[in-house]
This record gives sequence, C-alpha cells and structure tokens, in this order.
Amino acid sequence: MNLSVDFCGVSFKNPITVASGTFGSGAEYSEFVDLNKLGAVTTKGVANKPWAGNDTPRVCETYGGMLNAVGLQNPGIDVFIKRDIPFLKQFDTGIIVNVCGHSEEEYIDVVERLSDQDVDILEINVSCPNVKEGGIAFGQKPDALNHITKEIKKHTNKPVVMKLSPNVTDIVEMAKAAEEAGADGLSLINTITGMKIDVDRRNFVLANKTGGLSGPAIHPVAVRMVYQVANSVSIPILGMGGVMNAYDALELMLAGATMVSVGTANFVNPFATVEIIEGIKEYMERNNIDDINSLIGAVK
Amino acid sequence: MSLSMIDGKILSNEAISSDCYSMMISVSDIASLAVPGQFVNIYVNNESKLLPRPISICEVDAYKGTIRLVYRAVGAGTKELSSYLEGTVIKLLGPLGNGYELLNGKKAMLIGGGIGIPPLLELAKRLDADKSVVLGFRDEIFLADEFKDYADVYIASEDGKTGVKGNVIDAIREYKLDAEVIYACGPTPMLRAIKEYGLSNNMIVQLSLEERMACGIGACLACVCKTANVDDHSFVNNSRVCKDGPVFRAEEVVL
Repeated sequence: MNLSVDFCGVSFKNPITVASGTFGSGAEYSEFVDLNKLGAVTTKGVANKPWAGNDTPRVCETYGGMLNAVGLQNPGIDVFIKRDIPFLKQFDTGIIVNVCGHSEEEYIDVVERLSDQDVDILEINVSCPNVKEGGIAFGQKPDALNHITKEIKKHTNKPVVMKLSPNVTDIVEMAKAAEEAGADGLSLINTITGMKIDVDRRNFVLANKTGGLSGPAIHPVAVRMVYQVANSVSIPILGMGGVMNAYDALELMLAGATMVSVGTANFVNPFATVEIIEGIKEYMERNNIDDINSLIGAVK
Repeated sequence: MSLSMIDGKILSNEAISSDCYSMMISVSDIASLAVPGQFVNIYVNNESKLLPRPISICEVDAYKGTIRLVYRAVGAGTKELSSYLEGTVIKLLGPLGNGYELLNGKKAMLIGGGIGIPPLLELAKRLDADKSVVLGFRDEIFLADEFKDYADVYIASEDGKTGVKGNVIDAIREYKLDAEVIYACGPTPMLRAIKEYGLSNNMIVQLSLEERMACGIGACLACVCKTANVDDHSFVNNSRVCKDGPVFRAEEVVL
C-alpha cells in the first residue's frame, strides 16, 4: 500500500500534516504523538521578529467549531532557526514552515532567512484574519496576492505554497492569481472570520472582537473550495478546514487535495493526526486501494 | 510520548450550591501524580462541543485512585458535565500545568475567591505549616466547611450575609491575619489586589491564574498572561497559563 505523495516536488511519506498554529513547532505534541508518523509538521507562523499577538481572551468555542484570535504570537525567525528547526530535524518528517508578516519586506526577510535552512516547503500566510495590518491585505485582492507571490518567489528557491483565505468573493480568482505568479502550490482554507457576543455580559467574547472560525462547522466550505480550486488550477493543493477524522481528510483528497492538514482536531484529541493516518490505511485496505494518489481529485 | 488521554469513571456528581457541582472521578493514573494547583482537561461526550474543559483539581486520593473536581456550571460544556450521572465514562488529560510550590514550615495564608477556591482544599491538606484560609464569595457559600479540618477559616462575602462584608483583603485586615507566604486562586481583580497587598508586605505570593484555553498543553498560545520578564517560549513577555502556570509567583506576572 502506498501512502506517499508528491507535493510541490517534495515527497512525503503520507498526506497528513497539521494546520499552522494548532501544533506549535511540534514540541508540545511530541509528548503525545510520534512525529515520525506524520507526513509533515507545518509550523506556527513565523515572522522576522517576535510578535506578541493579541490580548486575551483569544479563543472561544462555538457550535461545532471555535473562534481564535491569537494574532500570530511567535518568537521570530532567529529563535525558530536556532530552536525549532533543530528540534524537528530529530524526526523523520517533512517540515512546512508557515511564514507571516505585516509587509512585503517582512515576508521577504523571513523567506530569505529560510532559504539555506533544511526545510521542505514555505507556506505563506497571506490570510490570517486576526492581524490588523498586512497579512490578509495580500490575501483578499487578486492583484496584491499576485504581486506578493512574485516577490517571494524571487527571493527563495524553496517551493512556495500560498495559503488562501476563504473570506473572498471568488476563491478561484485568488487561486489563479497565485498560480500565475508562480506559486508551487496552494493551501486552503484558512479560518472564516466570525464573531461571538456574550449575551449576559453584553460584550464581545474575544478581545479582538472577531476571530477565525475553525472546526467541523467549516468542513463543507473547505470541501467546496478545494473542489473548485482543484478544477481550476494545475498546481497541487494542501487542503484543510475542520478535518476531525479519516473520512473528513479523504473527502478533501477526493475533492482534489494532495495533502491534508489537521488543525482544531488536535485540541479535541491530541492523537487526531495519527488516528487519521491509521483510518486512511484502514479505508484503503477495506476498498482495495493500493495507491493513495488514485484518490486525489477522484470525484469529478 | 509520555502522556495519554485517560478514561475516568464518574463515581458521583452532585450540586453543592445553586450552580456549583462536586464530581468524584475514578482515574488512578491522574490521582497518583496530581499535586495541588494542577488541573485536568475534560473532554465532554458531545461532538458539537469541541474544546476540553480545563478544571482545577480540588482533592486527590492517590490510595483510592480518585480525584475530585468542584466546578461551576456556567457555559454549555460545564452544564453538560453537570448532567452526567454516576457511572458515566469521560476522557481526561492530566494532571496538567504546574501546581503550588509547598513551602512547608512557613506561615501560610490560602486565599480563594469564588470558583478559585477548590484547588486550595488539596493544598490545605498537604501544606505542613501554620496556616489560615481566607475565602471570598459573592453571596452563596460553598466548600468553606471542608477547610475547617485543616485551618482556621475566614470568610468575606459581597452581600455581607456571611463573615466580613467586602472582599478577601477586607477580611485579612478585619481579622489582622499575617503570613510569610500567600497561596491564592480566584478572579483577576482579586489576584491583582492580593499581589499588591502581599508584595508590599514582603510576602512570598503564589497566584493561580485563569484564562480561556484551547489545547491545554502549551501549543496553541491562546491562554497567555503578561509577564514582567521576557518569556522563554515566544520571547514577548507572554507566559502560557496552561503550561508555564497556572501558578506563578506574583512578581512574574502583570495583572
């Protein structure tokens, strides 16, 4: 049985990774999960300098989902290179580095610093809904996305995956803009902007007022967008959005994703990633599927 | 890979006030490790409620393999938890976080406010020191009697119906209480007042903080608190309440 996939010219032992921000840089979850079993670890977004993130409360639960407005707290690229990459290199797993910034210069600064590092793919976060300046500004207009993608591609020889926001009128237009600019792949979907109000206190639950909705509530949106994008571009897709179990992951693959990220499910069950990988194997055995690649985009 | 999610069997789950419940759980793997001030993540048996509920451990019986949780049923998850009957099996993760540092022999004051009171009960049992317990309530009193076996108990209530009318600081002043070490848990305004009171009186002050959490293990960076010094995770003066706390020295945190 073959579970390995090729994503952006890099081979991964299986298609399962984690959604940026839900897994840190792997250290905390390595207490639960054998990281060697994952196709890749996608790290928490890293900027050129430490970011303090938003005020608390940063999270709350919603029906079948959760809102977060962490605001990309991260230690910055220096610590990431010194501490987090060496930690992950102890394991036999791929490394996808999520990159964030407030401006074109900040993205390029991080991308350049990573160019001589032993990491597999750069996932560019131009779609975080929780940071006021930059970020999402590049992810909601096709021209801006096209421009930042081109600039980033000029400054690195690593495969570049642009992480798309679902908070747009036409996801296909965004996907095409990134593809035209030379993106090697796409990841989608980031969280959907939401809000929760505490009726008893008559106030916002999150300090940031709005937050990104994740969890099973958004999974059908992710399936639809992955399907639409997969049928419109020829670059591969890292699919994500509310994957809780193997069937959710397989849905995204059947819709056209080459790899799948597990995000919020890590909070619900720290073992979600390895259980999903096992579940995919069982599904393949039960259905006499030899190669997982035969499932990618199989539903037309 | 040393941690795992554990099944716990609910032995009892009963109301001890209009909205507070006491749950006894048989879960020997947690009971054998837990120390005062630590918490557990409880995963409710309902797929629409995703996040674990972090609940502080009120009592531990390592011999019987049980832990006791006293929680307030305020949100959807804790309300569901309050409906679970004896015999229900729930998933738990823990014990999580760092508990209080027990400074045995040093005169102690244990100060709890509202639903911050429960973790002080196990502390009161284990702490080997001359100690007093100061408990603050809005109106309804719960759990206070159970401290009496271990220490003198002083109560403040906002409505003044029990003990001193006012807050825990008012009670400390009224009864002229003194200590070398304060161990506290409660709402942030209370902790802020205790920090100021304790540090200005040259006491060692340990505070247990509360914040909305997601993962409970230090990965998601949801439950941070502001710190006086640069933290060693993100280097931005933010510590993780779940992993670096929930108990901090007062001088470490900005409240």
